[in-house]
Amino acid sequence: MSTLRASRWLPLVVFALLAALLAAGVWLSRKPDRDVLPSTLIDKPAPGFSLPVLHEPGRLVTLDQLKGAPFLLNVWGSWCPSCRIEHPVVTRFAESKRLRVIGLDWKDERADALQWLEKFGNPYWLVLADYDGRTVIDLGVAAAPETFLVDADGIVRWKHVGPLTDADIEQQLLPQLAKLEPAP
Amino acid sequence: MKGVLLAALLCLACIPAFAQSGDAPLRFHDRAEETRFHALVSELRCVMCQNQSLADSNALVARELRSEVLDLMRQGKSDRQIEDFLVARYGEFVLYKPRVETRTWLLWFGPALLLLGGGLALAHVLRRHRGDKALPLDEPQEW
Repeated sequence: MSTLRASRWLPLVVFALLAALLAAGVWLSRKPDRDVLPSTLIDKPAPGFSLPVLHEPGRLVTLDQLKGAPFLLNVWGSWCPSCRIEHPVVTRFAESKRLRVIGLDWKDERADALQWLEKFGNPYWLVLADYDGRTVIDLGVAAAPETFLVDADGIVRWKHVGPLTDADIEQQLLPQLAKLEPAP
Repeated sequence: MKGVLLAALLCLACIPAFAQSGDAPLRFHDRAEETRFHALVSELRCVMCQNQSLADSNALVARELRSEVLDLMRQGKSDRQIEDFLVARYGEFVLYKPRVETRTWLLWFGPALLLLGGGLALAHVLRRHRGDKALPLDEPQEW
């Protein structure tokens, strides 16, 4: 008798398990940025590079030269519409002089990039140009804009995919930055 | 005269083709290289437009990665090494076929386990009903 009763409840139990599984799937995909791939570089050394400076093509800058203090590396291109959207945000942050904001111009024509900065303003401490796109691939960038926080030792501490907003800076970047600085 | 005109028209016809391609198309040394390249890039996922393979996508990053894959092939790298190159930069997500690892055992063998479980349950139910004498098929009933 009791086995009969148990088998009567079995379909309900199976249904409940299935419903729980589906609910978990919906719950896990609730984040708006669920399509963003986790970076493989977080807490790992940034890939080394030696890139020309956009404004002085003859001058090469390497990652080692930038170490010593944290910096923000912002991948952009004059061909990238979302970069224009985040440009005022990057500009406001750069003007706060919180840390060096370095632009990484990806697969661009030099003249186009210079014209773009002329038109919308150049907030960057330094702009490096990755004409062949190798460094950007080494950084695991899928699409511009992407932004990396690199610490004084050249370790990537944070990455943001897509246009930066003031809220991203407020809620993610600044807390990450605070962790890098020694407590007073 | 007709021939010249035809040639001129043919030349005009191919202008849009040149205008469309942002970057020069990849050139292959031979058929074997081309076959290997296509097999490889169709197994890799484009990291930007995530429902397309690297072979299908026209995103900048996909074009870049395709030429990177061809470069690595020409450097004599194995398929596995090329996959490792991309996985190191973009994560395992780029592989359409996840690798068989401890982490992915359930993914790989889960369906087989489910089938096995279902089969066992079915066998159990069938065996129980076979022992059941409630419904004898050849009931000796007289008509």
